[in-house]
Amino acid sequence: MSFPRKIVFYFLLLFSAFLLFFPVLYAFMISFMTGGEIMQGKFFPQTFTLDNYFRVFERLPLMKYLMNSFVVSTGVMIGQLIVCSMSAYAFVFIPFKGRDFIFFLFISTMMIPWEATMIPNFFTIQKLDWTNTYQGLTVPFFALAFGTFLLRQHFKTIPKELFEASQIAGLSRFAFFWRVILPVSKTSLVTLGAYGFLTTWNMYLWPLLVTNNDQVRTVQIGLKQLQSQEVATEWGVVMAGVIVVIIPTLLLLFIGQKQLQKGLTQGALK
Amino acid sequence: MKRVELMNVSKTYDKKTEVISNINVVIEPGEFFVLVGPSGCGKSTMLRMIAGLEEITGGSLRIGEKEANHLPPSKRDISMVFQNYALYPHLTVEENIVFGLHVKRIPKLERKTRCNEVASMLGLSEYLNRKPRELSGGQRQRVALARAIVNEAPICLMDEPLSNLDAKLRAHMRSEIRQIQRRLGITMIYVTHDQVEAMTMGDRIMILHDGKIQQIGKPIDIYNHPVNPFVATFIGSPPMNIADGEVNRQKSEIRIGDEWKIKIPDEDSRLLHKEQILVGIRPEHIRVASKETSPDNRQVVEAINVEILGNETIFSFKIGSYEWMAKWNGQWRLQVGDLIPIQLNYESLCLFDHKTNELLKTPTDIENNILDKEVFL
Amino acid sequence: MKKSSASFYEKQSFWRKSLNARTALLYLFPSVLLFIVFVFYPMFRTIYLSFFLTDQHGSAALFVGLENYAYILESQAFRNSIKATVLFVLYTVPAGVILALFLALIANEKLKGIGFFRTIYSSTMGISVAASSVVWLFLFHPSIGMFNRLLSLVNLPEVQWLLDPDWALLSVSISTIWLNTGFSFLILLGGLQNIDGYLYESAKIDGAGYWYQLRRITIPMLSPTLFFIITISLINAFQSFGQIDILTKGGPSQATNLIVYSIYREAFVNYQFGTASAQAVFLFLCILIVTIFQFKFGERKVHYQ
Repeated sequence: MSFPRKIVFYFLLLFSAFLLFFPVLYAFMISFMTGGEIMQGKFFPQTFTLDNYFRVFERLPLMKYLMNSFVVSTGVMIGQLIVCSMSAYAFVFIPFKGRDFIFFLFISTMMIPWEATMIPNFFTIQKLDWTNTYQGLTVPFFALAFGTFLLRQHFKTIPKELFEASQIAGLSRFAFFWRVILPVSKTSLVTLGAYGFLTTWNMYLWPLLVTNNDQVRTVQIGLKQLQSQEVATEWGVVMAGVIVVIIPTLLLLFIGQKQLQKGLTQGALK
Repeated sequence: MKRVELMNVSKTYDKKTEVISNINVVIEPGEFFVLVGPSGCGKSTMLRMIAGLEEITGGSLRIGEKEANHLPPSKRDISMVFQNYALYPHLTVEENIVFGLHVKRIPKLERKTRCNEVASMLGLSEYLNRKPRELSGGQRQRVALARAIVNEAPICLMDEPLSNLDAKLRAHMRSEIRQIQRRLGITMIYVTHDQVEAMTMGDRIMILHDGKIQQIGKPIDIYNHPVNPFVATFIGSPPMNIADGEVNRQKSEIRIGDEWKIKIPDEDSRLLHKEQILVGIRPEHIRVASKETSPDNRQVVEAINVEILGNETIFSFKIGSYEWMAKWNGQWRLQVGDLIPIQLNYESLCLFDHKTNELLKTPTDIENNILDKEVFL
Repeated sequence: MKKSSASFYEKQSFWRKSLNARTALLYLFPSVLLFIVFVFYPMFRTIYLSFFLTDQHGSAALFVGLENYAYILESQAFRNSIKATVLFVLYTVPAGVILALFLALIANEKLKGIGFFRTIYSSTMGISVAASSVVWLFLFHPSIGMFNRLLSLVNLPEVQWLLDPDWALLSVSISTIWLNTGFSFLILLGGLQNIDGYLYESAKIDGAGYWYQLRRITIPMLSPTLFFIITISLINAFQSFGQIDILTKGGPSQATNLIVYSIYREAFVNYQFGTASAQAVFLFLCILIVTIFQFKFGERKVHYQ
């Protein structure tokens, strides 16, 4: 690439990066500011004090919320990995009558938006007495058509001969799944796991519906509480809360960006 | 070292058309048995039926003295080598080799010694800690072999194990596999589409075409006495030359095209029953015409392609509408367009019935080509 | 004697033949059960409820046929909500896709430090709707928000971003576009990287310039990915909830009362589960149409290698 072209591209890249990241950067700066500084509309805080961070943990049971979010996200992640990998395995390695029908069933779930079913689901959770429980927050999300497709896509690249060789060696179906398929598909499992964790951590509507006490409430609902309590007065504390909430997922994304991009593109398009 | 017996075995996927039918064969203990045929002939399906990877829909299979139709693959006392090797990518070479032993709960110490033994036999000792993706194609192939023989199963099945290797390595592995089989005395059932592999490796070979057995026998017998034109052209390289022929009763001669006539000796006048026949002759049986050749047998042909291979020379020419090839020993300085006098002897011909493809006559002058150990001094 | 052994054999072979189906069902059981309980049953239940008036516990009380539908279609509030949703889709989808495509294109160049930019561009994927909305709430703040400060810097009148019915939906759309950029960018970048490099090399040998390559190679080859991301963006736009709940609560004067927020209010604030279900069925139909479009026209365009 010629030198002037390079300059143009770097300019575009830097400019876009600044614009796109500005809200996060600004929130980060504000989280260190005093109320007065915010009022003056400064961009850089005078001193980087952690006051707002201490205050946000006093104001809310934020530690508890973080714990809850972590438990729920990890729970959904593990649940999805188990449930989706099992169904993907059946679709790829067990030929049986009616496979197309069940596959169609899986596809059709993608056309039903979660929001269109939330009313009966809310009552189902109530009837199961799962309101304000981890089960209520996690179990409904274990089955995921997208996750099944993503893993199925990867399983399909595993040669059938591997299955036949293990049959001759005397491995049971489950042992083949456990000892060969899962280890061979590590990368796809990591992708799906990261995706599941990310989306669950960021979930908003469902926790709003099925939790109403601090015992299981997640950080996203905590943010809503914080914002509605603090209107206009203590933005520094609110932003400190925001930064605490987005750090785990941002880190996960920074580490797994390449992997996630590859995995999602594959799952989405093939 | 077990016997494998197939009785009236057939296979159908849709209950209407049989992809394999009427297979009867007994594979003897310790035998190297090759299944050979063009792609799609059903040879792999047959092997997979023996392995238990495909269901047998008709007839019965016996392994050892036991009926084995419904035994699961792991209970059939077999090991198998796949075309793509089917190595577990997440396991090291050593773990791959002992995988089956591990499943069979063989103690760790014995696993280790057996693995080392096999690895040194195949020259894999240095690579035991590598992953399959860090190996070359030939090395992966050896790991697949090692995995098959470490089980000490009395029967080994191989499905085109050499077809992913380059020509030179393939030739080397042919003899290596053969030696290992001989040393261990295992019964080998080997599938290939390559007639060279079949000829060079098999104690006996079975030629399959369209799911039916064409011929079973020792390679050299099949070469010398092919039962039909398919076998005749499938085995041998370059393949046997074939042309339509017509028997002229009055003159007692075979005519190919307009200009070719070959005299039929009186003893073979029984051939006169058939009018339309197929005439075949192996390329090496077409000889150069000399002064002694009777003018009846002598023909002059024009070379349309010439391949000089160093120790032999192959040239093609037209006979009627067919293109035939002749193979002569030595380096013949021929060029395209050269006129070459050749002779076709009745004794060298292979004749088939035009309608039934039945063999009518095999070459009788083969003795001229067979050299025995007596020639050693 | 012979007969009985034959039937025994048949039975056995049926048992054996169904082995695969039985095993497969075992592996599929968790998925199928969960789908039935949390997707299919509630979908039918929603449709069922949409024909009833309900009590406070969401049980069907009185069959009213299509009256719920007639009611919502006539109600000014729901019409307004449809209008807001359609406008919201129009604001967010094209702009969002174009922005993500632009970012993916400049981030697909082989330059030093490109990994850093890719990470930044995909970063909004890791930010929750709640967190982003809280940040944007501040940016839109009438007195201390950044936007109004910038406006006053250049001597323009201040805008009541979230409080003015004419601006509120646009403001929410801006924050939504920003939030969805990360995911769209990541998928589009993946699509770009799947394009065979030889295509560009042969184009270069033919002397094609950057724009020509973009028009003749990149965009056509990227079309399946683009189509996919447009569909996902559409569906996402229909499903938006969190940003409304935090930024505007549907206001001012219902200008941002998007359909999912409207369902939520109707069901969990007003306890009108019947009409809420009718609205949910409406949402389902919208998304169904979009998905069918994707299957019908998207499939055909996918370039498999």
